[in-house]
Amino acid sequence: MTASLQDAAAGEPLLVADGISKSFGGVQALAAVSFTIRRGEIYGLIGPNGAGKTSLFNVLTGIYAPEAGTFAFDGHALAGLKPNDVAERGIARTFQNIRLFANLSALENVMIGRHVRTRANVFGAIFRNASTLAEERAIETRARELLDYVGMSQRANTLAKHLAYGDQRRLEIARALATDPRLLALDEPAAGMNATETAALKGLLESIRRDGVTILLIEHDMKLVMSVCDRVLVLDYGRKIAEGPAAAVQKDDKVIAAYLGGEVTLNLKGT
Amino acid sequence: MRSYLALRRHPGLEWAGLALVAVALIALPWVLADIGTAWVRITNLAILYCFLALGLNIVVGFAGLLDLGYIAFYGVGAYVYALLASPQFGLHLPFWAILPLGAALACIFGVLLGAPTLKLRGDYLAIVTLGFGEIIRIFLNNLSSPFNLTNGPQGITLIDPFRIDGFSFATTQRVLGQTLSSPIKYYYFLLAVLLVVIVVNLRLQNSRIGRAWEAIREDEIAARAMGINTRNMKLLAYAMGASFGGVAGGMFSAMQGFISPESFVLVESIMVLSMVVLGGMGNVFGVVVGALLLSYVPEVLRYTVGPAQRAVFGRTLIDPEVFRMLLFGLALVLMMLFRPAGILPSALRKRELQAPTRE
Ligand SMILES: Nc1ncnc2c1ncn2[C@@H]1O[C@H](COP(=O)(O)OP(=O)(O)O)[C@@H](O)[C@H]1O
Ligand SMILES: [Mg+2]
Repeated sequence: MTASLQDAAAGEPLLVADGISKSFGGVQALAAVSFTIRRGEIYGLIGPNGAGKTSLFNVLTGIYAPEAGTFAFDGHALAGLKPNDVAERGIARTFQNIRLFANLSALENVMIGRHVRTRANVFGAIFRNASTLAEERAIETRARELLDYVGMSQRANTLAKHLAYGDQRRLEIARALATDPRLLALDEPAAGMNATETAALKGLLESIRRDGVTILLIEHDMKLVMSVCDRVLVLDYGRKIAEGPAAAVQKDDKVIAAYLGGEVTLNLKGT
Repeated sequence: MRSYLALRRHPGLEWAGLALVAVALIALPWVLADIGTAWVRITNLAILYCFLALGLNIVVGFAGLLDLGYIAFYGVGAYVYALLASPQFGLHLPFWAILPLGAALACIFGVLLGAPTLKLRGDYLAIVTLGFGEIIRIFLNNLSSPFNLTNGPQGITLIDPFRIDGFSFATTQRVLGQTLSSPIKYYYFLLAVLLVVIVVNLRLQNSRIGRAWEAIREDEIAARAMGINTRNMKLLAYAMGASFGGVAGGMFSAMQGFISPESFVLVESIMVLSMVVLGGMGNVFGVVVGALLLSYVPEVLRYTVGPAQRAVFGRTLIDPEVFRMLLFGLALVLMMLFRPAGILPSALRKRELQAPTRE
C-alpha cells in the first residue's frame, strides 16, 4: 500500500458498532455499546475483569449473535455472519486463553492462517498440479515471513504446545496476520509476558499499524495501553463509561471509580 | 514443510531401502503361497483393511471426528459391486466402471452421515455414527421384500471377479513358467492400489485441505476464527473417508465372490477404528502398520493357539477363538498404557525431536 493511499483512507471509519447488547442468562455482558474505530488507529478496549471486553470480541467475530445492535465493517453489515465469514471479510483475532493448534508446529499454525486467502481443493491436493504447488510454496514463504516478523523464525518447527508463553502469544498474532486482516483484534496479548517481552510487543503493534492494519486492543497493562493506543474505550459491567484519547480517559472520574472498585489498579501516576 | 520427500536425508540409502522393500513385496506372495494359499488370501484381506483404516484415518486421525459406523461405507461399496456384477439382476458391468460408482455412492452416504452430526461432539457423535452403521446393515438385511434388492441375510453369490478383456482374476494361469493363482493376481492389484491410496493420503495430509482438517481437530473455534469453513471441511472429511471405504468394499465383493450383511457388523467398525488408534492416529504409515498387525496377529493366533495348547496340555483348554480375542484385548490395553499415541505416533512428534531445542 502506498503512503498516499494509506493517508487518504486513514481516519475514515473502519468498524462502526451501534447499540451492541448481549446477555448470558442474567448477566448483561454488553449493554448498548456503540463506538467507531477509524482506519489506521490502535483502539484500546479496557475495563475491569468481567466488564464484557471478551464478549464484545466474541460478538464481533460471529461466535455469538448480539441480541441487539449492528456492526458495520468497511460499510458492510456483519449481521448473521459466521466466524469464518468474518475472518474472510478481514477481521482476525487472538484469544485471551490462547487457542493455538497445540499439536502442530509454529509454522503450520501460521500456514493454516493462509487458508482463507488460498484456494487449493481436494483435486489440487491429490494431483499436485503446478498452480497448487506454487500456492503451497507461497503459503510457506508467507508463513515464514510472518514468523520472522514476530521474531519467531527460530521456532518454526516447534510444536505450539511446547512454546514459551510469550512465544505462544506472538504466534497467535502471526497466525491472525496470515489471514491478511484489515482489523486485528487482540485479547490481552501482553498477559503473562515479562517487561522485555511487553516492550517488544509494543514495537510489534506499532509496526503492524505502520503496515496498514488497524488494531483493536484489549489489555490490562495500562502502561502499554496508554503508550500505544490512540483512543480508548472503557467498559464497566457491559456499559461504555468513557471513550476518547488515552490521556483524557485516564483522568475520567468514572473510569477511576470503576477501577478502584475492581481488582485491577490503574497506575495513573506511572504513565 | 512436512513433505515426506523433503524428509529424506540420504537419498542414496533411501532408494536402496525402497528397492529392497519393493523386491520383498513382489516376492512376498510366492513365499506365502509356499506356506499355504490361505496366507495370500489373508494378506489380501489385510490390504483391504489398510484401505479401510486409511479412509477412517481421514475422519478420525486428520479431522479429529469420530465414526463408529464406518464399516457401512464398506458395505455400500460391496453391495454396489455385487448388484451390478452378479446374477442378482443379471448385470455384469466391468469393475472399472463399478468401483467409481461404489465410491461415489459411499461418498454420498458419507455426506448423509456427516450432515446431521456437524454440531455433535464426543458421546453424541459416537451414538449417531454407531446408529448409522447399524441402520445400513439392517437395511441390507431387510431389503429383500417386497422388491428383492439385496437378497436379505442370504447375501449375494456368484459375484463377478475382476476381469480385463480375457484376463480374469479368478482363474489360475501359467505366466512365464510360474503358476499365477487367483489370490496372487489380486495381491498385485491390491498392492498397486495400496500404494496409490498411501500417496493420496500423504498428499491430502500435506495440503491446504489436510491442514484445515488438522486445525479442526486441534481447536474448532480457532479454526473458524482463522476463516476455515468447518462445516464444509468436516463434510469433506466424511465424504473422502467414505469413498475409500466404498472402493475397498467393491474389491472385497469381487475377491470373495459372496457377500452378506454379516460382513458389515459393528465389530468390524470397531476393528478398523482399533487399527487407526493402535497404529497412531494421523500417521499414515502408523495406520498401515496398525491395520497389518490387527489383520495378521489374530490369524497367526488362530493357527498356533490350538496346536500349542495340545502340545503342552495334551488337549485344548481354551477355545482358540476365545483366546484370540482375549490376547487381542490384552494387547490393546497394554498399548494404550505404554504407547498411548500409537505404535508410530504422528510424524510431527518425531520432527519435534530434531528441531532446535529451546533455551
Ligand atoms: N459464554 C458465556 N456464558 C456465560 N456467561 C458469560 C459467557 N461469556 C461471558 N460471560 C459473562 O459475561 C461477563 C463478561 O465477561 P467477559 O466478556 O469475559 O469479560 P472481560 O473479558 O471484560 O473480562 C462476565 O460476567 C462473564 O461471566
Ligand atoms: Mg476477557
